[in-house]
This record gives sequence, structure tokens and C-alpha cells, in this order.
Amino acid sequence: MSESGRPVVQIEGVTKVFAQGNVTALQDIDLELQPGEFVSLIGPSGCGKSTLLRVIGDLVQPTAGTVTVNGKSAGQARADRDYGIVFQDSVLFDWRTVAKNIALPLELLGWDRERRRRRIDEMLALVELTGFADHHPWQLSGGMQQRVSIARALAFEPALLLMDEPFGALDEMTRERLNLELLAIWRQLGSTIVFVTHSISEAVFLSTRVVVMSPRPGRIAGVVDIDLPAERTVETHEDPRFFELVTEVRELLRRRGEHLLPEEEQALTDAARAGAGGAGE
Amino acid sequence: MAQAMAVTPVARRLPAGSVLNAVRRSASFVLGVAALVGLWELYRWIWSSAGWTWPFAVDDTTMPHVWVIVHALWQPAQVNQPALGDVLFHKALFTAKEAAAGFALGAAIGFVLGVVLAHSRLLQRGFLPYIVGSQTIPILAIAPMVVVWVNPKLPASLAGWGAVAVIAAYLTFFPVAINTLRGLQSADPRALELMRTYAASRWTVLWKLRVPASLPYVFSALKVAATASVVGAIIGELPSGLQSGLGGAILNFNQYYSIEPQELWATNIVAAILGIVFFLIVIAAERAIVRRPPEVSN
Repeated sequence: MSESGRPVVQIEGVTKVFAQGNVTALQDIDLELQPGEFVSLIGPSGCGKSTLLRVIGDLVQPTAGTVTVNGKSAGQARADRDYGIVFQDSVLFDWRTVAKNIALPLELLGWDRERRRRRIDEMLALVELTGFADHHPWQLSGGMQQRVSIARALAFEPALLLMDEPFGALDEMTRERLNLELLAIWRQLGSTIVFVTHSISEAVFLSTRVVVMSPRPGRIAGVVDIDLPAERTVETHEDPRFFELVTEVRELLRRRGEHLLPEEEQALTDAARAGAGGAGE
Repeated sequence: MAQAMAVTPVARRLPAGSVLNAVRRSASFVLGVAALVGLWELYRWIWSSAGWTWPFAVDDTTMPHVWVIVHALWQPAQVNQPALGDVLFHKALFTAKEAAAGFALGAAIGFVLGVVLAHSRLLQRGFLPYIVGSQTIPILAIAPMVVVWVNPKLPASLAGWGAVAVIAAYLTFFPVAINTLRGLQSADPRALELMRTYAASRWTVLWKLRVPASLPYVFSALKVAATASVVGAIIGELPSGLQSGLGGAILNFNQYYSIEPQELWATNIVAAILGIVFFLIVIAAERAIVRRPPEVSN
């Protein structure tokens, strides 16, 4: 992982105030992501971690500050399809088969049928779903659906992968297996990943860096470099260094993480939803 | 993979189950018809033997026996004519032609209207009240005007029945427009956000996301529209003075009801069957086109 070179994502002085409810979701965020990094954003509900991810993806416009993705404005990067995204829900289209769901971004990019077919096969192999090409989403388990969603996000080989609590709705065992699979994919493709989570151990296990955020207003409370060996396995969870890092993250969260009042949290969720409301563009 | 095993049985169960389902469905259909006939005759028997006159006196005119009605289908309605069933079959085909054209026209207009309204809040606010208002005007009041307006403009091949198709379309477009609008707006906001990350154009979002998401809504409207188009065609025939369809037959048999009530009843049954056939065709199309979780479609 090179520390030099052009950062994939450069966030400078980003502030986001949602007009509705006048909530400051993000205040003065500075962050740089180097190529090949795996950065987790962690914090309590309402700390703005999902908003920050959406600012990078140009799904939410910052009130102040600049976001640069691959040396371009976030808007240009979105127009150029520079990133793939995975949400907490797989957001698969029920009327499409697994293969056709993965092909969706490829169709929008104008790939011909043969090229799409080859890529679908590759992606199915990558997420270990070969043989499920013709299934419909509702015939798959939650974990499998999320793997299809990851395959769809990676199908057009974006340099940047944005993941918004992708495994948050899955059971613990599925989650652990998908964590390992995600690491394998990341190593194989060398993409840069921004990963939003509220699981401390998941963040430490996966990341090269963990960005701890605190609410009211949303800001970066601290950044923890994860100096665990690059090769992470199930045993990593038992590494004493793993526990130290988990403790370090937890301390940061506790020090800065006063929780939002319920109504503030609600206002923030509403505002974020309204902010994403212009999606029908 | 454990998940793989959990999935395959679903796929395998379908073919065997569908045969069993078909048998079960035809059995319940036959039972349903038998129950209806039984109820009709039971009601007749109880009311006529008790001599009750509320809500109406039951006799061979108000409620002919089911077998009298069915038998009428094999009898000529007038001397030197083919059997009533044969006559009604051809009239039903004529009405079906009007209804099908009206259905297609109305569904197309309704769908386009739904798409246009879904893309402009301003148009929605401006036009929706009139679209709703259009349905509060009785079709019987509109039909004569449509005949006068449309008929002179029609080419010879559409003369007469073309106006009736337009009347049927008037009843058909409304549910389709309203449900298309609702269906297009039903697209998952997260899916819309996903399309936004792909920088997808309005057209792409429409065809790849909004339209497929709207299909279940569109099809429930098409089911309503299918039967409405038959009703529209029958009513449309009345002011057109057309004698070739079921509407003409109903008007005609109405006048002789006190003498030959079974003929009107037989005509009504044929009209009902026509409506059901239209409905079933839409259901078959829906089965073939709409892919969604089995829990929802059943």
C-alpha cells in the first residue's frame, strides 16, 4: 500500500447541514484515502458515517468543503462510474435473475452481450455463486443476496468500492464468512474500499485504517492504523494485538461518543432520507 | 453448500405442483358453478313454496330455472334462425372485437398517461382531477356523443364498431393510468439511489427500474380494465344502434323479457363468460411476464 501518489479520495473541510431539522451531520471532515486502502468508518448512530459515504458517492451534496475522487469532483466521478456501491440491503431487482442483476451496470455502460456474459461468469466465480446465475433473488438467502450485490458493485471494476453497513442485516456466522470473502476479493482486485459499520471487531478485522466518528456534530474523533498482518484469518480474532486495537477503537468511541437524543437521531435520519430524495434524476 | 441445498427444492417442486394445482383449480371451479346453480334453485324453491314476495315474487319470469336458461341456448330465438347459443356466440365475437380494441387503446393511453404524470408533479396536479372527473360522467351520457364524433371520421373497416371501441377505451384507460402512476412511484428509493450511482438517465431509470417495478400494479389495473372493456363495449353498442353485438341482443331481449326471460338470462351469461375470458387472458399474460416472489403472486 503506497503512501505516496494521488489519493483515491480526498475530503477537505467537508461540512453537511441538513436544512430539514437544521442538523449538522458532518463538521469539518478532512480525510484522505490512498489507493488500495481498506478504511472503515465507525461510530454510533447519527455520527454521520453513512452521510460521509454518500458525500463521497455524490449522493449527498456537502454544505461546505470539497470532495475529490480519482482527482475529479465527486459529481464527475459518479458520472464516470468511478465507484461501486453496496448498501445494507442488497437492493436486487426481483424481476431479474442473479446474472441479470450483476449485468445491470454493464448494460448501462453499453457492454455487448458476449462481454457481459463473460464478466458475469467471472463475478459469479468471485463471489462463489457459480450455478445460481438463473435464480431469482427471492430464492437466495440473505448472505447470498448480499454476495450478488457485491458482485454487481464490482462487475465494472471500479477502483473504489463504497460499502454502507453491507453485512449489518446478516447473522454473525454469515457475516464472518463474508468478511473473509470480502478480504479475499479485495486482495485479488486491489481496489480501495470505504466500509461503514458499527461493529468494532468487524472494522478492526477488515481494515488497514479505522476512522472513528462521534456525533453531535458528526466529526472524526480519531484514526486508528490497523497494524495487524496483511493476511487476516479466523485466528486474527484471537491475536492479542487485535484485542489491543479493538480496545483502542472502543476507547475513542467512549470518549467522544455521547449518544444522540432519540429525536435528534430521528431528525437526522429523516434529513438524510430527504437528502437522498432527489434520486430520480 | 448448505444454502444451495436449501434453494434447489423450490425449483424442483414447481412442475409437479403445477399439475396438481391445475387439477385442484378446475375442481374448485366446477364446485363453484355447482354451488351457484344449487343456491339459485334452492332460493327459487324456498321462496316459491313459501309464497314469499319480499324482495320480489319468485316465478318463472323473475327467476327462470337454470335448465330453462341453458336449454334456451339450444333453441332458435326466432323462427328460421340458428340456435340462440350460436347467435350469441357470433355476437360475443363481435363484442369481443370491440372490447379488445378498446382495451388495447385504453391500456396504451392509460400507460402513457401514467408515465407522463409520474414525471411531472405539475402535470399531475393539473390533470389528475380531470382524469378522475372523467369517470364520474356516466358512460351512457358520453356514448352517444362519441358515436356522433368518432363515427364519421372512421375508415370503412372500423365503421360502427370503432366508436364502440373508443367508448370501451374510455372505461379502460382510467384504472391503468392511475395504477401505472402508482406503480412507477412504487420503485424502491434505495434502488433509485443505486441507479443514481450509475449516473443513469431518466429513460434508463424508467425502463430498467420504474416500469418493471410498476408491472404488478399495472396488471391489477389491467384485470379491472379487461372486464370494464367488455361492459364498455356492450353499453357502447346501445346508442350506436349496432345489432351485431351482445349489447344489441340485450336491448332486444329486454323488450321481450316478460314473455321469454330465459333469453335475456342466457345473453347475460354469455356476456359474463366473455368478461371472464378477458380477465383470464390478462392473468395468463401476467403469469408469463411478471417475475416476483411466489408469496406475493399467490
